[in-house]
Amino acid sequence: MNQHKRKELQAVKVISNQLLATNVHHIKLEKPFSFQAGQVVALTMHPTDEPRLYSIASGTSQAYLGILFDVKPDGELTPPLSKVKPGDTLYISAPFGKFLCKEQPATWIATGTGIAPFISLVESGLANNIALLHGARTIDKFYFQDELQDKLGENYLRFCTTESGPQIMEGRLTNYLENATNLPTNNKYYLCGGSQMVIDVREILIAKGVPYDNIIAEIYF
Amino acid sequence: MSKEALYGKTLSELKVCVTELGLPAFTSKQIADWLYKKHATSIEDMTNLSKKARLQLSENYEVGLTPPQSFQESVDGTKKYLFQTHSQQFIEAAYLPEENRNTLCISSQVGCKMGCLFCMTARQGFQKNLSSNEILNQIASLPERDTLTNVVYMGMGEPMDNIENVLKSLEIITADWGYSWSPRRINVSTIGVVPAMRRFIEESEAHLAISLHSPFNEERKQLMPIENVYTAEKVIEALRDYDFGRQRRISFEYIMFKGVNDSPQHVKGLLQLLNGIKCRINLIHFHPIPDSPLKGSDYKTMEMFRDKLSQKGITTTIRKSRGEDIYAACGLLSTKKLVQKDTEQDY
Ligand SMILES: Cc1cc2nc3c(=O)[nH]c(=O)nc-3n(C[C@H](O)[C@H](O)[C@H](O)COP(=O)(O)OP(=O)(O)OC[C@H]3O[C@@H](n4cnc5c(N)ncnc54)[C@H](O)[C@@H]3O)c2cc1C
Ligand code: SF4
Repeated sequence: MNQHKRKELQAVKVISNQLLATNVHHIKLEKPFSFQAGQVVALTMHPTDEPRLYSIASGTSQAYLGILFDVKPDGELTPPLSKVKPGDTLYISAPFGKFLCKEQPATWIATGTGIAPFISLVESGLANNIALLHGARTIDKFYFQDELQDKLGENYLRFCTTESGPQIMEGRLTNYLENATNLPTNNKYYLCGGSQMVIDVREILIAKGVPYDNIIAEIYF
Repeated sequence: MSKEALYGKTLSELKVCVTELGLPAFTSKQIADWLYKKHATSIEDMTNLSKKARLQLSENYEVGLTPPQSFQESVDGTKKYLFQTHSQQFIEAAYLPEENRNTLCISSQVGCKMGCLFCMTARQGFQKNLSSNEILNQIASLPERDTLTNVVYMGMGEPMDNIENVLKSLEIITADWGYSWSPRRINVSTIGVVPAMRRFIEESEAHLAISLHSPFNEERKQLMPIENVYTAEKVIEALRDYDFGRQRRISFEYIMFKGVNDSPQHVKGLLQLLNGIKCRINLIHFHPIPDSPLKGSDYKTMEMFRDKLSQKGITTTIRKSRGEDIYAACGLLSTKKLVQKDTEQDY
């Protein structure tokens, strides 16, 4: 790998590595800096490899940094990352990014691990006037659902495309939005996840009369 | 199973191929010559290779060029070509003939992940990275290939999101053993994916065009999600780390949206942001895409904007719009109709 100029990385130790669902891990790292909820870090296992970006998935006052990730089977980083053990060393950048979701009232919309920055915001006590919508294929992929349910109550909506369960909305998040008759158009909408979700949801929101400048998205490209 | 393509391989990759076949190392240079200088379309044409070598090569490889499937021609002479990739997906390239230059605008990905609000390609989502073969095939299989004076990587996709193959294609275009073009005939655009942009700056000599569209963080976030991750401010900060010399050009692309980014405050914001960077600004008229909440600024506003920036010492031009009638203009390329929908969505 070529060594272009890049962000400085610092070594941090892994505190724990928990399997949350098939192929999805939450690792806790030593926290060498403070950050703002919604920010990301660049992370790698070897300081000479090209780092990947991850939203910080833990509250600002926690003693650790949480990283929530799913394993891409052919990926370079996530397969070995899923095997790290307490005490292993990883390399991370200082936190950066502007997906801070400060304006409220707001609707937060996530799919998959795109829930990560919203977990950080909720745990940091910054979710005062928001609704959180999360879409996933199976119920085990609603990461941290107990905590989110606890903190957000009925403002936390889970949309599951293949399974049903208590307090789970069946079907697609996009169908829900398409059929919604009372989407608040003055709310800010913060979207986080894969590119296709952001594009589809943004298109629906705009068609529903939400001004484009009320829609802010973080794409996991 | 189709054979592996030779076209798109760098000289060092060709060396590996011939060594694996037990052929003499110099054969790789001969092959490069046939591919990139003599434009051979089959291994059989490579007549200074021994018959045995050609046979051995043909067992494993093919040249791997694919002519365009179709084209549309604009009233202004712009031609939009549709190419099929090896994975049966589609990309577009736009040929823009002018009086003293002929430019080809090529794609680097099928679709794009970056989700810019004003872009047609964004709406089709991301399907795949083009290989160096598929990037270069747009040039090599163009009927007007020999008339080309310039290539711009401004078609479908974000070149920095496919940096490996983009750099490989640039190496082939500029190397002595390749097309041996001057890198000054090439311009690569980016929305500012900083780590890959740094690699591009360090490993290539081609010009760089940065899509800016707003100097203000909050506003640029609404237009371009990348601003949440790599802000324009950070992109400019990164540029300040490099000496671009006299010949290499940095330009900023600025699509003008009516009542959004075309005010005097934006001129001020741009001047502040770009302070001290040797660059030029290209103002681009927005071609409204279907159901877009954005509208293009009128030409009078654009001219005023241009004049204000020019007065402050930044060379600013208004880019002539080309091929609007055939959706070949900037930001209009899309092969969405030809995309098969992924049924494995989690939302
Ligand atoms: C701002 C931001 C925040 C992010 N936050 C998170 C987060 O919180 N959690 C999370 O899980 N992810 C997040 N991501 C995504 C993350 O950065 C990585 O992209 C992801 O974890 C995959 O990394 P990898 O090294 O395992 O895969 P990579 O090696 O980067 O590969 C990614 C995918 O591309 C495919 N691929 C690799 N090479 C090729 C090739 N040559 N040709 C074709 N396909 C190829 C792989 O199969 C894989 O599916 C974020 C991304 C961004 C931009
Ligand atoms: S403008 Fe470029 S980077 Fe943005 S979505 Fe379109 S193709 Fe991708």
